[in-house]
Amino acid sequence: MNRGLTASNTVSLPQDDRVGGLPAAIFLLLALVPFAAGFGPESYVLGLFTRVMVFAIAALALDFICGYGGLVSFGHAAFVGIGAYAVGILGAHGITDMLVSLPSALLASAIFAYLTGNVCLRTRSVYFIMITLAFGQMAYFIAGSLAPYGGDDGLTIRLRSTLFGFAILQNDRSFYYFVLLALLAAYLLFRAIVYSRFGRVFRGARENPTRMSTLGFDVFRFQRVGYVIAGAVGGLSGFLLANATQFVSPAFMSWQRSGELIIMILLGGLGTLHGAIIGAAAYLLIEEALGGITEQWKLIFGPLLVLIVLFARGGLLGLADKIRGRLGRA
Amino acid sequence: MPDPVLQLDDLHKNFGGLVVTDGVTLDIGAGELHAVIGPNGAGKTTLINQISGLLAPTAGTIRFDGVDVTALPVDKRAQLGLARSFQITSVLPRFSALENVALAVQARGQTSYRFFGRADRERTVNDTASAALGEVGLTDRGQTLAAHLSHGEKRALELAIAIAMQPKLLLLDEPMAGTGHEESARLVDVLKRLKGRFSMLLVEHDMAAVFALADRISVLTYGRILASGQPDAVRADPKVVAAYLGEEME
Amino acid sequence: MSTGLVVVQILNGLQFGVLLFLIAAGLTLVFGVMDFINLAHGVQYMLGAYLAVAFYALTGNFLVALVLALAAALVFGLLLEFLIFRHLYDRDHLEQVIATFGIIIFLNQAVKTVWGAAPLTLPIPEFFSGSIVLMPGLLYPVWRLVIIGSGLAIGLLLYILVGHTRVGMLVRAGATNARMVSALGVDIHRLFMIVFGFGTMLAAFAGAMIAPILSVEPGMGDSVLILAFVVIVIGGIGSMRGAFLAALLIGLVDTLGRSFAIDILRLVMPPSPARTVGPAIASMLIYVLMALVLYFRPSGLFPARGRG
Repeated sequence: MNRGLTASNTVSLPQDDRVGGLPAAIFLLLALVPFAAGFGPESYVLGLFTRVMVFAIAALALDFICGYGGLVSFGHAAFVGIGAYAVGILGAHGITDMLVSLPSALLASAIFAYLTGNVCLRTRSVYFIMITLAFGQMAYFIAGSLAPYGGDDGLTIRLRSTLFGFAILQNDRSFYYFVLLALLAAYLLFRAIVYSRFGRVFRGARENPTRMSTLGFDVFRFQRVGYVIAGAVGGLSGFLLANATQFVSPAFMSWQRSGELIIMILLGGLGTLHGAIIGAAAYLLIEEALGGITEQWKLIFGPLLVLIVLFARGGLLGLADKIRGRLGRA
Repeated sequence: MPDPVLQLDDLHKNFGGLVVTDGVTLDIGAGELHAVIGPNGAGKTTLINQISGLLAPTAGTIRFDGVDVTALPVDKRAQLGLARSFQITSVLPRFSALENVALAVQARGQTSYRFFGRADRERTVNDTASAALGEVGLTDRGQTLAAHLSHGEKRALELAIAIAMQPKLLLLDEPMAGTGHEESARLVDVLKRLKGRFSMLLVEHDMAAVFALADRISVLTYGRILASGQPDAVRADPKVVAAYLGEEME
Repeated sequence: MSTGLVVVQILNGLQFGVLLFLIAAGLTLVFGVMDFINLAHGVQYMLGAYLAVAFYALTGNFLVALVLALAAALVFGLLLEFLIFRHLYDRDHLEQVIATFGIIIFLNQAVKTVWGAAPLTLPIPEFFSGSIVLMPGLLYPVWRLVIIGSGLAIGLLLYILVGHTRVGMLVRAGATNARMVSALGVDIHRLFMIVFGFGTMLAAFAGAMIAPILSVEPGMGDSVLILAFVVIVIGGIGSMRGAFLAALLIGLVDTLGRSFAIDILRLVMPPSPARTVGPAIASMLIYVLMALVLYFRPSGLFPARGRG
């Protein structure tokens, strides 16, 4: 169903693939945060922006399958949670080396994506949303029933991941840059994929899957590969989240979290990649800001979402385009 | 004698109680342009959908180039060399005309499981795609978004996509539908030029086009083949005249 | 694992299934006819419960409270339809999901603001309180039987309405092909409103009926909503029959699974791993069931639009 939702309503992909001004600016700003943070409550600011970047990674993956691939997954948080639990469970058994926990996180999420993708991707978009939602719930309940690993209450992680025994992530600043690097890597990865041969088929499958199969493409397999990649990157986000909070809980995989991820990509601008980063930042920062003002901030946020859907299609980037257009005309 | 490119053997398709294809046996030889005509509701599109793989027949077999493809999925048939155009234009609207065709070229060549390197900058693919666009007269429209093409241009694009697949058999589902005189004539010219390069199964209502192009004609009514053979023989067949051509030819 | 326990759990499973049916019925109709994903359906169930509690506090009579709650929920639902949902029917499913998600966020918070976060209770109407003897030594709460009974009665009512009335025929036609129905001159907006209103009342009814048994709290609609989705996915979107059968199936599988998973596992493995793995498997059960059904029937068991 292609009723023109993306920030770019006209083209499937902008011709220019130079990492343009805006994405570069975003990364530059993010790189400068730790310096600016020194002027305020440093660990709070660092922690906040670390979280922004961690969720941005998950949002990037979601934007890839949803914004470019047309696969609206309402269970994306499950991949994040699985990645996080990989860290938690290994940690509970004394294994903290990231050379073990990171690949484990990626692999676990990828496997979950493969198995659930096999079921979801056979169905129409309509069912797809609900089935991904259901699988997300399944992961949530399984995590909650793992009594040895905290069950519903979750599990604390004593130490952040180490490398060859060195606790290189324990320092908040170094961890921040580690996450920034991961975000940059994820961004560049998806950027490349989207313009690649695979990406073209993946995007085409969104426009017209029947047409694609009559060209000779096994649409199901292409979508499954894309879904697994997105799942693995979600697992990366989870690995980082577990390290950031030094805590894992089933709540990481709740459907509300999946919903929040969708909100992020919509907020920033669907199908733009850097929109996912903007959206993650916007959502989390608004949540922080409003939450600080009033406990009832959700009373404002809920209707705000409805208004955004009704009137601000294309998210923040779409709005920016519109404003730029108006200013250009003025 | 080599296998016919397409061999339909007693094909049946029922939708619940409704019989749409009622024992169709047909074959198409290499390089042949075979037209299927018939009144609306005769089951022509259903027939094409079964051949291309979008619909599974209830009974009967479909052999493509000697291979039994009855149970083979759509994409595998396409890989074997079966291309089709759609009655309701089916292009990728937010891709350029060139990229629409380039995807067809990409499908034939090396693997598409390549995750790096810009697909839209592949010289050989783009050249082949441009050539196909040239054959249908869309060379200047390569960079235009498919959504912004006129109806006739979209029909031509569908043809270009099919050509780029370098198929053994091209299924054409009413390519002239909704086009004006000029565009129809242009499409007929293109098809004339393509004749012999590969086999074609042409479903059409435009009788002028059918008689200008067809090597053989089959008439489909109520899901069965009423008559099949050389155009002049079919045209003169009293059954056909009574059932269908009589009104059309007037 | 006594027979009595099995019987009790079967009844509990039926009761849960009936509850799921009441919620899924409205959801599947709205989806089938209007192609509209309404995540906010769960909060309508929650509202039914809260309104029942509120009106009971005012009137002291359960029946009156129930009727008033249904009326209020209907009004509220129609208001939502008029103000918001109507503008979303033409939109992408993703946008529908976000917008209705926003409504959930808002209502869960609103309910907390008005009634507080602490769980509320509602006493079972006196006439139906207590338990009856099903078998020697086996007592079962009357109210749960009332729920099963009313759910089945509504199922029958819906069967008659949808299958044998003119409106029902339009609904079924709409679920198969809404545009066609509109093209035939039927006021599709009126039909939408009727379908939507009915669905809302069903959900509110379920909430009000369950309120005496479960605790009424913010967010109570969320987990039930997802189960309702599983029900309609398995049953087939737009199909009442599918929703009914799938709901009972899920109710039974989930309840029996949770009760007896450990015991069944003990047959094949020692008690300690059984106790660890049991709950995990029990929670996975209905999703595995869903996966299996979808693997063989990607459009569910009884899809309204057929499997052409």
